[in-house]
Amino acid sequence: MTTTTTLPAEERVVRREALYFAVRNTKLLIGFGIVLVLLLVGLLGPLLLGSAPPNEYVAGPMLPPSAEHWFGTTTFGQDVFTQFVYGLRTTFLAGAMGGGIAAVIAMAIGFVAGYRGGLVDEVLNMLTNVVLVIPTLAVLLIINAYLGIRSVGLQALFIGLTSWPWAARAIRAQTFSLRSRDFVDLARLSGVSTRRIIMREIAPNMSSYLFMTFILLFGGSILIAASLDFIGLGPTEGVSLGLMLQNATQWSALQLGLWWWFVPPGAAITAVVGALYVANVGLDEVFNPKLRET
Amino acid sequence: MSLRVNDLRVHYRTLRGEVKALDGVSFGMADGEILGLAGESGCGKTTLGKSLIRMDGRMRHAGGTVELDGRELPVGDDRAMVAFRFHEVSLIPQYSMSAMNPTRRIGRMVGELLRSRGVTLDVKELESRLDLVGLPRDVLGRYPIELSGGMKQRMVMVISTLLDPSLLIADEITSALDVSTQQAVAKALLGFRESGYVKSMIFITHDLALTSHIADTIMVMYAGRLAEKAPSDRLTKAPRHPYTRLLINSLPEIGVRHQDRKLTGIPGSPPSLLDPPKGCRFRDRCPMAGEECAEDPPPVEIEPNHFVACWKA
Amino acid sequence: MRQYFGRKLLIYGLTFVVAVTVNWMIPRFMPGDPVASMLARSRVSQPAAVEAMRAYYTNLFGFDQPIWQQYLNFWGALFQGDFGISIWVFPTPVADVILGAVPYTLGLMIPAVLLSYWIGNRLGAFAARRKLLDNTVLPVGYVLTAMPYMWLAVILAWGLGVTAGWFPVAGGYSFALQPSWSWAFLVNLLHHWTLPFLSLFVVALGGWAIGMRNMIIYELESDYSNYLAALGAPTRLIRRYAFRNAILPQITGLALQLGVLVAGALVTEIVFSYPGLGSLILKAIQNQDFFLLQGTFMFIVIGVLLANFIIDIVYVIVDPRTRAGMAGAA
Repeated sequence: MTTTTTLPAEERVVRREALYFAVRNTKLLIGFGIVLVLLLVGLLGPLLLGSAPPNEYVAGPMLPPSAEHWFGTTTFGQDVFTQFVYGLRTTFLAGAMGGGIAAVIAMAIGFVAGYRGGLVDEVLNMLTNVVLVIPTLAVLLIINAYLGIRSVGLQALFIGLTSWPWAARAIRAQTFSLRSRDFVDLARLSGVSTRRIIMREIAPNMSSYLFMTFILLFGGSILIAASLDFIGLGPTEGVSLGLMLQNATQWSALQLGLWWWFVPPGAAITAVVGALYVANVGLDEVFNPKLRET
Repeated sequence: MSLRVNDLRVHYRTLRGEVKALDGVSFGMADGEILGLAGESGCGKTTLGKSLIRMDGRMRHAGGTVELDGRELPVGDDRAMVAFRFHEVSLIPQYSMSAMNPTRRIGRMVGELLRSRGVTLDVKELESRLDLVGLPRDVLGRYPIELSGGMKQRMVMVISTLLDPSLLIADEITSALDVSTQQAVAKALLGFRESGYVKSMIFITHDLALTSHIADTIMVMYAGRLAEKAPSDRLTKAPRHPYTRLLINSLPEIGVRHQDRKLTGIPGSPPSLLDPPKGCRFRDRCPMAGEECAEDPPPVEIEPNHFVACWKA
Repeated sequence: MRQYFGRKLLIYGLTFVVAVTVNWMIPRFMPGDPVASMLARSRVSQPAAVEAMRAYYTNLFGFDQPIWQQYLNFWGALFQGDFGISIWVFPTPVADVILGAVPYTLGLMIPAVLLSYWIGNRLGAFAARRKLLDNTVLPVGYVLTAMPYMWLAVILAWGLGVTAGWFPVAGGYSFALQPSWSWAFLVNLLHHWTLPFLSLFVVALGGWAIGMRNMIIYELESDYSNYLAALGAPTRLIRRYAFRNAILPQITGLALQLGVLVAGALVTEIVFSYPGLGSLILKAIQNQDFFLLQGTFMFIVIGVLLANFIIDIVYVIVDPRTRAGMAGAA
């Protein structure tokens, strides 16, 4: 392309431009907007609802939504909205922790494999491929089944430990393409350590990409956690959106027509994950000038 | 006159406004002429090449006309241009290495392409052209990945000229090649003209030295406009535009040691075409700039077929 | 190509070893005495079952033997197809229980995956670069892929099953019927199959459509597309080529999604009490039937590895470049 649109590209200009497009990208705004609203509900809701624990029997059973019980009550008379609010919290926690752990592993493996190359790359690549092929949920089933007491943290840890491979692969490929760039060569020639080169030169240059990877891992973790909860391997204490779905089906909410019990949790998961995906598309458009529509 | 371009203006739509990549360019080409189109990147030479065959989605035809063999080319109308493409105007792209569908055998792809243009493949003819560029006939049964870079380049050249277009645009086709392959490509292009596969040709490049070997005429562009256009030897031996002179001075000459003659780049960079300054666009970098350069210099024919857009010429 | 398959087979072999090792290790690494805790946790009432279990566990874990011997024994049992005895349906061998469920899972998954893949790809390719359609396919696709499989299953079961009463919402066939090759049974089977199939199909569809749409847009911007367009080739030809090339990464995508699809099938089966591996897993967990659970895990791993290998073969068939490399001409 031989237009003169691209002026000498300075970092600051790029940043400012990204911000310029970010605040004008509807996909990004809508996506993050939805996530933010639900996050706030999860964070603030429990504080505003007072001290009643979410699994307390507070009212008559099977009440439809009303002013008092916004999402109605369960077969046992638990308030669905209270459970929903606490469940959102758990879901975000599982997503953030699982996605975070997976992202850290993926970065460690992707950076090292992509930057070092050679035998290290071969070995790490093999490891990545092996973990990639093993069906994640099946492994998690076995692990969680043997755990007597399950917590959200432990669940997230194991999700993180099993769901990093695709991200590691992607980061490896990106690192590989950055490795031979001038600024990296320069750093290497001036004797900067590998660790520093990765942290100072490579990672910042693909920060947008890393962020987008994290978002996808976040969404994926939420879905895996929900599936585990639904199968009956969720946290042994507390509430999550997946556990709500499990309880609803287990206690015949379907047959009894208690739609208010099983619709909100699934809708919330769909909304959070879908909004994350859409925001991700928006981010891609912001950072990748080729995709911007003119 | 085979090609006549009149005050052609093509703009790029960007979010910051319209970039006037081609801002009023006029020139003509005779039948059988090879025109070398040179200039720095961003001068509009690729935009001009694209405009003559297919504008990309962000380009807009802002004015001016193009006439090919007496017929007007509807350059701004993507649909109407289809009839001319391949048959009348054809292209050897910059990206020859990746121009062929990687998952089709080359022969089949060519067949499908021709059929889609309502032409049946004349295998004899195709094979004789392969012979001309020195490609074995069995390349047609291969996938692009099985060809070397030079072979792909020649294959694309054969495909592009298969319908004997009147005008062939060769866009930076030698920049990725080594010197000996460059010579071979240049020779093949001349061979195409000999054999009548193409009538005239626009050879876009930033390599003035190579251009002067194969082009009859060289046109130098600067910041979306014509700077100088002259027969090759006139332009290289007696350039009149200060920009052309600097360009030629910045060429490394064979046999000249670098200590003897310093390689001089041209200091500064071309103006932004988003909102180009008034007057001569080279003024800021021009060692000879004066008062009158605040006015636009029109291209003037100072001797037969030698056009210069400079007050000082 | 030999190298390609060799590498793949090495990965699959390693994966299998890792999976078996994980399967062997987990009971031993969890805190406490596995035999005692399993016996304590299993809710088996028959004394015969308890005795058999104790004998089996002790034999299997073989704590008097060195650890490497235990590991080898585990492999030995595996190769004899010995996955242990199920506690939930004592004393049926785990392998038999699983083999009874596998057809249901495959019968659900194979049509759902293939159909969603085929239609999703077509849909995505068709929507790409067509404003109006793209603006509907894209958001709908994202909502579908973000949906937990079990949630759509629950919604469909409630809407089309319980409320509308069109489809049964539980089981693989009516309890009143005995499995047989009669029309009545087959129709009944199909009737029960419809909703689980539909929910699997719909959720998977979105992902394929989005993936294909993005790939097509990428391909339409590629050099060969631009070259064809410059030579005046009609959009139809260019899109055909783009589809053909975009399907290649989508095949890889299918391999990558296998784990997610299996997970989707499992939870969908649980919603509909469909008698496949998913329901088996639920029963195993509820009854603390660890042999059944571990056996199912091995079956799933083997199934996924086989599917991966089939996909690799398909890829070689579809992508001429892998074969061209084999011919050695360059």
